[in-house]
Amino acid sequence: MPSRAPIAPTAPHDGGQASAGSAVPISTEVAVLYGDALTRQPAVAPRPQHSLDHHMDNLLRFRPYLKPYATRFVLMVVFALASTLAGIVTPLITRRIIDGPIAHSDRPGLFTLGAAAIGIGIVEALFMFWRRWVVARATLGTETGIRLDLYAKLQRLPLGFHAQWESGQLLSRIMNDLSTVRRFLGFGMLFLLMNFLQIVIVTTLLMRMYWPLGLVVIVAALPISALCLVNQRRYTRLSRAIQDQNGDVASVVEESVHGLRVIKAFGRSQHVYRGFDRKSTTLYRTSMDRVRLTSQFWTFLEAIPGLTLIVVLGLGALAASQHRLSLGTLVAFITLMMSLIWPVASLGFLLSMSQDAMTAADRICEIFDSPETITDGPEHLDRVAGGLTFDDVSFRYPDGDDDVLHHLDLDIPAGQTVALVGGTGSGKTTLTALVPRLADVTGGAIRIDGVDIRDLEVVNLRSIVATAFEDATLFSMSVRENLTLGRPDATDHEIWSAIDTAQAGFVRDLPWGLETRIGEQGMSLSGGQRQRLALARAVIVQPRILVLDDTLSALDMETEALVEAALRRVLVGVTAIVVAHRASTVLLADRVAMLQQGTITHVGTHSELLATVPEYRELLSADYDAEAAMADATPGRSRTAGSSTAGWESQR
Amino acid sequence: MSDNSGSTAQKAPGAASTSATEADQEMAWRGVANEEAAEVSQRASGFLKARSRALLWDLLRPYKPLVWLLIAMVLVENMARLASPWLVRRGIDYGIPPLMAGGSPRYLIETVVAMATALVIQVITRITFLRISGRIGQDLLLELRRRVFRHFQSLDVSFHDRYTSGRVVSRMTNDVDAIAELMEEGFDGLISAVLTLVGTSIMLLVMDWRLGLICLTSIIFVALLGRWFARESSRTFRKVRNASAQVIMQFVETMTGIKAVQSYRREPRNQEIFTGLSDRYRGINVRSFRLFAIFMPGIAVIGNITIGMVLLVGGLFVIRGWATVGVLAAFLLYLRQFFEPLGQIGEFYNTFQSASSALEKLSGVLDEQPGVPEPSDPVAVADDGRAQGRVDLDHVVFSYAAGRPVLPDLDLHIPAGQTVALVGTTGAGKTTIAKLLSRFYDPTSGSVELDGTSLERLSDADLRRNITMVTQENFIFNGTVADNIAFGRPDASRAEIREAARTVGAEEFIRALPDGYDTDVSQRGGRLSAGQRQLVAFARAFLADPAVLILDEATSSLDIPSERLVQRALRTILADRTAIIIAHRLSTVEIADRVLVLEHGRIIEDGAPAELQLRGGRYADLHRAWEASLA
Repeated sequence: MPSRAPIAPTAPHDGGQASAGSAVPISTEVAVLYGDALTRQPAVAPRPQHSLDHHMDNLLRFRPYLKPYATRFVLMVVFALASTLAGIVTPLITRRIIDGPIAHSDRPGLFTLGAAAIGIGIVEALFMFWRRWVVARATLGTETGIRLDLYAKLQRLPLGFHAQWESGQLLSRIMNDLSTVRRFLGFGMLFLLMNFLQIVIVTTLLMRMYWPLGLVVIVAALPISALCLVNQRRYTRLSRAIQDQNGDVASVVEESVHGLRVIKAFGRSQHVYRGFDRKSTTLYRTSMDRVRLTSQFWTFLEAIPGLTLIVVLGLGALAASQHRLSLGTLVAFITLMMSLIWPVASLGFLLSMSQDAMTAADRICEIFDSPETITDGPEHLDRVAGGLTFDDVSFRYPDGDDDVLHHLDLDIPAGQTVALVGGTGSGKTTLTALVPRLADVTGGAIRIDGVDIRDLEVVNLRSIVATAFEDATLFSMSVRENLTLGRPDATDHEIWSAIDTAQAGFVRDLPWGLETRIGEQGMSLSGGQRQRLALARAVIVQPRILVLDDTLSALDMETEALVEAALRRVLVGVTAIVVAHRASTVLLADRVAMLQQGTITHVGTHSELLATVPEYRELLSADYDAEAAMADATPGRSRTAGSSTAGWESQR
Repeated sequence: MSDNSGSTAQKAPGAASTSATEADQEMAWRGVANEEAAEVSQRASGFLKARSRALLWDLLRPYKPLVWLLIAMVLVENMARLASPWLVRRGIDYGIPPLMAGGSPRYLIETVVAMATALVIQVITRITFLRISGRIGQDLLLELRRRVFRHFQSLDVSFHDRYTSGRVVSRMTNDVDAIAELMEEGFDGLISAVLTLVGTSIMLLVMDWRLGLICLTSIIFVALLGRWFARESSRTFRKVRNASAQVIMQFVETMTGIKAVQSYRREPRNQEIFTGLSDRYRGINVRSFRLFAIFMPGIAVIGNITIGMVLLVGGLFVIRGWATVGVLAAFLLYLRQFFEPLGQIGEFYNTFQSASSALEKLSGVLDEQPGVPEPSDPVAVADDGRAQGRVDLDHVVFSYAAGRPVLPDLDLHIPAGQTVALVGTTGAGKTTIAKLLSRFYDPTSGSVELDGTSLERLSDADLRRNITMVTQENFIFNGTVADNIAFGRPDASRAEIREAARTVGAEEFIRALPDGYDTDVSQRGGRLSAGQRQLVAFARAFLADPAVLILDEATSSLDIPSERLVQRALRTILADRTAIIIAHRLSTVEIADRVLVLEHGRIIEDGAPAELQLRGGRYADLHRAWEASLA
């Protein structure tokens, strides 16, 4: 998608200053590295052809994201090594102090060695500080890089992909899985290495100091590692179960909130509470299992070194008394031994952390590897007349067995408005999604001015076509930002005139007018209000081709009449498809196409079809009384998604 | 949250700019809204507010004896833990010399046995402590979950409209989780850390007060570092949480609205916004990481210097004969015990902070009073609990916002068994009447009565058994189709469920489902079309068999054939009960005994459909237009 400009460091939105406002400032680092994430392929390395260990494959594919921070990562290892070594040296100095200056009352020697101990202590902390300081930007930069590429990838993936994935699942990948990977890169991986190194060095030292005691330590280390591994596995299993059960509780909670009115209307709070209580109690039981496991585990983790200490002290004292071991060595031995507890105990935890990181990497790469089926074509239309042709169009959902649309033919000359009429499940909404290529036809072709829309640049196509959906999606942003979605440089005048067309004058009464935040985190609007904004959003684009998917369904009759009158003016010279349920909407159109079971069976004017097609007559005349009562959309409540949206929704 | 946002939440639109958060000022695109600042007091980072403290005490009260036991356990455990370095010293100082002189190993054996005993005590008390504290923690969590859940359910609809579902879910998940996390890692760690600190200090002073004092001077530095860290991190962590919340929100909205995003070519702008938000999250995270980068090595450097000083000064003491090598060794071990938990407290601080702000939000919710409370001494509606179905609205006044009544003074009397259709324009008050009848709201003045008893005096169970409302919302719960129908009467048999489905004409589609009545509908009724959901909702209401049935635009998403079926069914269903129907379709109105035409909350026409048609008024006009359309 070459026409998209990469994001500039200071990120002024092109042309949108007045209407769109400034976005969040972006640091040069991120802007330079990932400012163009949307317009290029993700930096993630391709799946390796050959590899030794398949579990590591996906984790290793993240190496391009580490690259900009290579120096920092190298420094991290160096600093960690330095501070680990310094930590080992301190007990050795202790030994020299006790056996040397103290045993021989050598004061200058004591001062030298004591100063050295303090010096080494400072150095250890200093390296620790440098490691943490240096690595913060590296791991967080890496994480941010993957996150931005992932977001860009998800934005490019077609509707078909999104229909199969819950946003919650995607969220857990972009937040939880990614931070698991980050923790492994900046911590787990490093300490797996460092702890192993420390264990080897310290045990060697201990063996060299006095091998019988060294053996005791090694023998003690074995059950600790074994215990850690076993328990870690059980712990991980319990933690996963807890996570799942937490999810179960959360879905009951969500249900109880979203279904609150029904629960209240039927007085079923107790019933729902019992369901909640069952799930919470299950969660409670598993949590208690984990409490029991950890209480034992942690206690033994402390007890074994304690026991070793006793054995070491006993044997050590014995050895010291026989002059086979100096006092200084005994003290150093005990201190060194104690310093091994964490490295040994954490091995199990670190191993399961790397396990988690690999799984997380797999889950992230699953998204990176999903095919982007909607891609740019070579052509770009500048002067569009707007003729729209459906040529033998068929469509089947990726996981469907049957065609939803089959061999559909419809020709709409430039500037003409066609009403699409059909019963539930006839495929109206699916058809409207094909025009802006939210999904591609699986047979035949859709053409604009004779050009197959798959041969057009996607951005070009989508600026020619604007769609207002029945299930009006509003984002948690200002009204202005919501309305200018398709044309960020719209002037205030254009915005207000679109608002007037859509009879969305209620915007004037919002507390902060155009700047009022709406959507889930802002003012809540009624179904009718949302639909009117969705319509205004489509009108603002001033498209050559306008698709209205039952956009007026939640409006009351008076408002609908006003919107229709205004639409009549907007539709002049614009090619339009209007999905209609009501006769009054149909009257906006020059012609009517009747959709039955996925194909167009009749095309003609409203009166022609009324006269000749009984099914049409039944559909629309029976439908007219739907609005005949002077009913209105009830404020504060949104209409449930209409039957015609069932297509994509039921794919989830 | 910015400092001024809490106080301006209630102010007029003119105060817009001051109520925007700090973050929003650089993000005009988000628009302006009243922030939730009022939920958490400005000092959320500090100590618990009285409200949260009261809640905590209330939750802990049943565990008073256990808490005392816990305190005893933790004290004993810490004494045992503190004993071991002291015993090491004893072993070195008194155990080895006799052995060297070829004497008895009694001292050494005694010491080793003492250490072993201390270890056993430590193990037992520790396991007991962890189990009991873990149980109390989990019990507390369960109780909190239950209380908050029940409370949310008892709060009225207008509260929920105001509070929004997103926040309810976040209270019940994120906030409870924050407290769970505290229970898991914080609780035990904090107590042990504090006790170890105190105990170690005492032991150090007792063993050698001069060396002890040197060690304790390090506490001053630790305290200074700790204060700095607490101050900085409370600010930073809050920003981290805010930044991550915004990243999440932007992400979720993009993914749920991907259809609009792609068709309106919103991707570049989204990418730009998301890059900005992620970058801010990254930046603030780097800052929080670096706080740790200073704090943890800071603790380490204080510890290492102290250890070095002890070696140096202690060595001098040993040379002078003021101390022994054993004391030196014990000091080194104690100092390790002393400094180790300090680093953890830093990590724990974050957890503690989130938990305390979560507790505050939860206690705030629990403080909310239900606006539509259940009566304390309910009046029984009838001997068998089944009302006749006479409904009276007696001079009812109702307004959502003060000074703007939706119903200025409504007087409406519906005899038992009558079917009434409400017709009217926008804001006429039809749905408000439905909500008052089902007691989602109480009238501002006047009374709503069932069989002559005010709804406010009926128990919830009685009220709901007799009055049920079906709206166009048609919420479908997780579970099977049968479960969903049985929601109307959980003890209904399968035969009754089928009967209900058959009556409303839902049986045909249910049988066509993969597992018939046992088909699991995915969350929020995803697999059923809107029309099918509506039929299930009808079956549900029919099964509930109320004396008064309210249908609020309940047929709006049915297609024509289904609607005809439902209408035929309605004639049977409504025959022996009172019904209030709000409908778009005049064909539905036709089955009513009586039609009310409403305007601005007043009844302007009232009569049988045929009668109104003849009388010539709004309804007659409407009916004529409808008939014209049929022709």
